[in-house]
Amino acid sequence: MMSIKGFFRGKTVIQPIWVFVIAIFIFFSFMSEYFLSWGNITNILVQTSTIGLIALGMTLVMINGNIDLSVGATLGLAASLAVGLQEFSMTFAILAALGSGMLLGALNGLIVWKTGVNAFIVTLGAMLGVRGLIFLYTGEQSFYAMNFAFSDFGMSTVGPMPTLAIIFLVCTLIMHLVLTRTGHGRNTFAVGGNPEASIDAGIRLGRHMMINFIIVGFFAALAGVLLASQMGAATPNLGRDYELWVITAVVLGGTKLTGGYGSIVGTLGGVLAIGILRNGMNLMQVPAFYVLVILGAILISVLIIDKKLNAPSAKEVRI
Amino acid sequence: MNASSTQSRQPIDAAPILELQGITKRFPGVVALNNVDFDVRPGEVHALLGENGAGKSTLMKVLAGKHQANEGTIVLGGQEMAFENPKHAKRAGVVLIHQEQSLVAEMTVAENIFLGSLPRKSFNRVDWRKLREDTNAILERLKCGFQHDDIVGSLSIAKKQMVEIGRALAFTPRVVVFDEPTASLTDHEKPVLYDVINSLCEQGVGIVYISHRMDEIFHLSHRISVLRDGEYTGTVNTADTNEDEITRMMIGRSLTLDHASKPSEFGDNMLEVRNLTVKRVFEDVSFNVRKGEIVGMYGLVGAGRSEVAETIFGLRKPSTGDVVLDGDVVNFRNSHDAVVSGVALVPEDRKDQGLILGMNCRDNMTLASLSSVSSLGFMTSAKEREVYDKYHQAMKIKTPSWRQKVGNLSGGNQQKIVIGKWLHTQPKLLILDEPTRGIDVGSKSEIHTLVKDLAKSGYAVLVISSEMPEVLGLSNRIIAMYDGRVTAEFDGDNVSEDALVQAITGMGKQAQAS
Repeated sequence: MMSIKGFFRGKTVIQPIWVFVIAIFIFFSFMSEYFLSWGNITNILVQTSTIGLIALGMTLVMINGNIDLSVGATLGLAASLAVGLQEFSMTFAILAALGSGMLLGALNGLIVWKTGVNAFIVTLGAMLGVRGLIFLYTGEQSFYAMNFAFSDFGMSTVGPMPTLAIIFLVCTLIMHLVLTRTGHGRNTFAVGGNPEASIDAGIRLGRHMMINFIIVGFFAALAGVLLASQMGAATPNLGRDYELWVITAVVLGGTKLTGGYGSIVGTLGGVLAIGILRNGMNLMQVPAFYVLVILGAILISVLIIDKKLNAPSAKEVRI
Repeated sequence: MNASSTQSRQPIDAAPILELQGITKRFPGVVALNNVDFDVRPGEVHALLGENGAGKSTLMKVLAGKHQANEGTIVLGGQEMAFENPKHAKRAGVVLIHQEQSLVAEMTVAENIFLGSLPRKSFNRVDWRKLREDTNAILERLKCGFQHDDIVGSLSIAKKQMVEIGRALAFTPRVVVFDEPTASLTDHEKPVLYDVINSLCEQGVGIVYISHRMDEIFHLSHRISVLRDGEYTGTVNTADTNEDEITRMMIGRSLTLDHASKPSEFGDNMLEVRNLTVKRVFEDVSFNVRKGEIVGMYGLVGAGRSEVAETIFGLRKPSTGDVVLDGDVVNFRNSHDAVVSGVALVPEDRKDQGLILGMNCRDNMTLASLSSVSSLGFMTSAKEREVYDKYHQAMKIKTPSWRQKVGNLSGGNQQKIVIGKWLHTQPKLLILDEPTRGIDVGSKSEIHTLVKDLAKSGYAVLVISSEMPEVLGLSNRIIAMYDGRVTAEFDGDNVSEDALVQAITGMGKQAQAS
């Protein structure tokens, strides 16, 4: 792994993505006067919070050796429920939205665990099916929030910080601790790294897989609720392609698709990289289509560089 | 185990076909090889010995072009060579037979042997007939019981290894390096390999033979060279030396297996297996292990020994029968229940079943007992270090740091980490499946001593092994298995090797279990 050793007595390694984040941060602060303003920086955090929250859960699922393609659809369903059920009560609507995400996650996890069918396939099916459910529920209509408390929340701030940015950063910290300090986190790595050895060590594979799918489902739903509150509305197509952005962010952050390796710190870097690039290019008035082309090219080049840098580790000394 | 060490062969008098002179290889922070000399004569088997970490693998990787030496020269057939990559070395006639096999399981034997160099006809089409003929010619030389169109994935480990050797033959090699070729072979599969090696010798090929097994080395080799800590300690003619001298050269001291130090005080039954059956795998297996006792389970690969262990551990569901642990019928439904109840299984295949290779040493060590290093659900780094340091010292694990990924450790040190992981769960019953497979002499005897000490301190230990000296050296009682059945039970101090061999090969009438 690429690392700048000696930093924090060699304990912490700086991931390539953070070098990249710092580089583009410096680049855009020279290219645009507005970029470095507090308003813009908090804006980046708010814009990335949706993808960022889901990416936190996705990191765990991917380290665990699985993947969840249904997060975009889950987000859409949760957003529709959070707005559509407000006629009963706002608390009920939000709880139902979050509950739907966790339930869908549990269902994904249960099927992957019990049947052994690849998570890619299971959640691909879920992605299509859940999107269908959204259209069934909404009748292809967009919902608008009548409760202003709901739509004000998305725009609110605590002191100088937008509430959404705070929620995202707090969740990031919590998930970092869960992943690095708890038995569940360690076992997530173990199961992704070598399922057979994990079974031999008495680790309950299925349970950890379920929990991680529930976590990503929860975060997808939370992202849906927050996005709906930001817009004061929910559309049936909300969250389309989000799974791709989320996976892009997680992979940029160094988490391996094969499982067993990754970190929340890296994912935060991946999320910020995407956020800063979009925001910065927007400020430089790069047309939107070019932004996509550039992001795609950057994803591939970062992974190529990472691979090149990682190559020497294969020749590490055998003791 | 009749491979006698008496028929050692006289050295072959010929100019070397391959010479390595003054090879030095440095890795960041470590000198892996320091000024090492080595040569191979045509038609000889030159054994290369050394403890794990002594530099054998590195030397062979330099030879086969995987690593490039910092200093020194390689002379092949009188010509100085600088191998830039394995392909280059292969073309020049130096072939390495890997310890870990690199075959494509879904392809046929023929396709595997000629992988990357399939014979072609016009328009780049594969010449299937020539492929078949060439493969048959090679299989003829190997005399092994499979066909050119068998799917490699369906072959036994031993046969896969033959395919690997067949692949080397396809290159008309001048020097073939065997790295631990018998590690996964049973005793009766070995002669086939010996025949292949002998016939290669007769054709004037030089053989480098790396192994930890003394009996094989004395049986096969003409000369023996020893490495210790990256240094060359010398070369001797096999005919003029003995195991003691070689061991001294390897570890700097003489070493004998101490058969007298077995545990001798036993308590009540810790494990009782009653008429355990898994349909079509093993049948009606009954035995017991007492506290403080080591019971050896001896049998050939495929006799059902590992499967019995897996069933006790909850990984397989028994069709009938009971597992009784410490007086309670347990019949575990999964491995988690087994671990919680105090059963530990050190599996047969360290890399696939025992370790998370991408994780560091400390994390692997605490993997089965995370709750003991956690408070309020959060792991404490200091406690984890404590656990790691404790076993790191107690078992003399050689690693530069706890942060080292276990994938980079030698087999012996990896195995110690697996054992340490289990000791920290404070099990009542310790099951070791082939605990010293592919491990060097030094670590092997350390592990044997450790197992005996554990039993003396009250652990009930079940050791599964296909190595007779290991079973005899460790066990208080020996259970012999053949073809899914327990064929006999012996007193570990009082058993003839012949009787054991008969019991595990199905010869003679089946002795009744006592």
